[in-house]
Amino acid sequence: MKLFTSRFLTIVTALALLIAACGGEGEEALTATDESLEGELNLVGSTTVQPLAEVLAESFEALEPSVVVYVQGGGSSVGVRSAADGSANIGMASREIKPSELHEYPELIVHTIARDGIAVVAEPGCTAVSLTKEQVKQVFAGEITNWNEIGGENLIITIVAREEGSGTRAAFEDMIMEDALIVDNAILQPSNGAVRTTISVIPGAIGFLSFGYLDEQTKVIAIDGVLPTEENAVSGEYSVVRPLNMVTYGESGEIVDAFLNFVMSEDGQAIVIEEGYLPII
Amino acid sequence: MRKNKRRLDAAMKNSLLFAALASILIVMLIGVFTFREALPAFRDIGLEKLLTESVWRPGEGQYGILAMIAGSGLVTAGAVILGVPLALGCAIFLSEIAHPNLRALVKPCVELLAGIPSVVYGLFGMVIIVPIVRGIDMPGNTGFGLFSASIVLAVMILPTITSVAEHAIRSVPKEFREGSLALGATKWETIQKVVIPGARSGIISAIVLGLGRALGETIAMIMVIGNSVIIPAASTGNPLSIFLSRARTLTGNIAVEINYATGLHESALFATGVILFVLIMIVNSSAKYLMSHGNTGKNR
Repeated sequence: MKLFTSRFLTIVTALALLIAACGGEGEEALTATDESLEGELNLVGSTTVQPLAEVLAESFEALEPSVVVYVQGGGSSVGVRSAADGSANIGMASREIKPSELHEYPELIVHTIARDGIAVVAEPGCTAVSLTKEQVKQVFAGEITNWNEIGGENLIITIVAREEGSGTRAAFEDMIMEDALIVDNAILQPSNGAVRTTISVIPGAIGFLSFGYLDEQTKVIAIDGVLPTEENAVSGEYSVVRPLNMVTYGESGEIVDAFLNFVMSEDGQAIVIEEGYLPII
Repeated sequence: MRKNKRRLDAAMKNSLLFAALASILIVMLIGVFTFREALPAFRDIGLEKLLTESVWRPGEGQYGILAMIAGSGLVTAGAVILGVPLALGCAIFLSEIAHPNLRALVKPCVELLAGIPSVVYGLFGMVIIVPIVRGIDMPGNTGFGLFSASIVLAVMILPTITSVAEHAIRSVPKEFREGSLALGATKWETIQKVVIPGARSGIISAIVLGLGRALGETIAMIMVIGNSVIIPAASTGNPLSIFLSRARTLTGNIAVEINYATGLHESALFATGVILFVLIMIVNSSAKYLMSHGNTGKNR
């Protein structure tokens, strides 16, 4: 009996350690080398790219019936790291790859598969219609605190933003805020959907959303007179546009290449447009 | 036969021992793992900086969790202020006043509150409580903040406090009540002067257990508290307006950011977890202490 118990204990301990270890390393991904394109493809990363990747994966699976594609969220940083440490074949990132990341993982290869605009939106009752880029920056930095300073009524501005580390926030900071910081007392919500809902219920609220989340719940604000529409983004007039990236690390293998080729093909880019993102030219 | 029985006995004993050891093992593993992940943060940032700086900007390398400690502390205080009188009133009513039939109806309802998933509380707070709180006319009030969060949390800790306190009150010996009533005290005087003092330690530990529950609540808080990293401050001369301020809890800090965190940022979030772990351990062990030592006091 003693023996039995101690063996059982060993198994449980081993299992627990294994679980702990998995947290650090993640599971080993299968890399296919077969020429008939058979195997698995693991995509991990940005929750902004995830829905698009899922649709692309479905179409790819229809083309290559022996390939199974798994798409997982986790965030842009997780995507880059997963690609680099091999736990995913392809990492997804909804922002530029940081110099620090390229420095840490020198063999990262970045493939921009689509682009996504970020729109500044306000609560539906908002009377201001257009702001300059500088005004947007001042609003989010907390230097302008009342709508009456920028052509609205006398109403305190409430900032709604994404949390630190979000790809949408990073892109917004890059393109609008530059050196300034988003004000501390901003309401922070952990997803585009939650930001949209929050803005829609607070009088005087302003925030930013990915193009895919624009609807009648919020009112879009033109920046420097240009409305955040797909047309304007494609033509280049609307400049708050970020790349959606897929990253691979070093030698990527046939399935990965086939998938990326499909994404960049006309069919793949047609899906990008269909899903509300901007194609790469 | 006899030998077989003895063997079965030993087997039972060992498997029960294993069950007991498993939970210790799991707690230790979680503790060790969390601490190991937090180690780089303690080493590179330092415990003192973590605890005393109020600026949290992982992008800029600033990791102070003072604002989150203040947020967790204030929202818990708010929940206790709102929830404890309600829970104790309910416990006293259930154990001393309610007719058994009524008790049979009310008690399951209170216990049912504990079974509602916290995300449902959060949703309720977001659609019902936040808009009502927004009606309070104060500059900068958006409805999202400590007050809404305290209300939601008060309801969430209600079942914990009520059931533990009720149990404590019911375990006050019947003779105490009879003696008091025989001396001519009214029912209320008996409750006030005999029953409640007699159950004091149990009631205090009920409150402390509720406190621990409040400190650990996460998703419902994220949905109503606004998650801003600021030390809450009163916006007007009225000190109570501090509760209309937005805040972030320790738990919320981890849950909101862990998806995107890497490197030192991730480690700092684990450090937040270690601090929360220690806080809750202190709260729970003080509840244990009060439960085991309080009863030997003068009231028993």
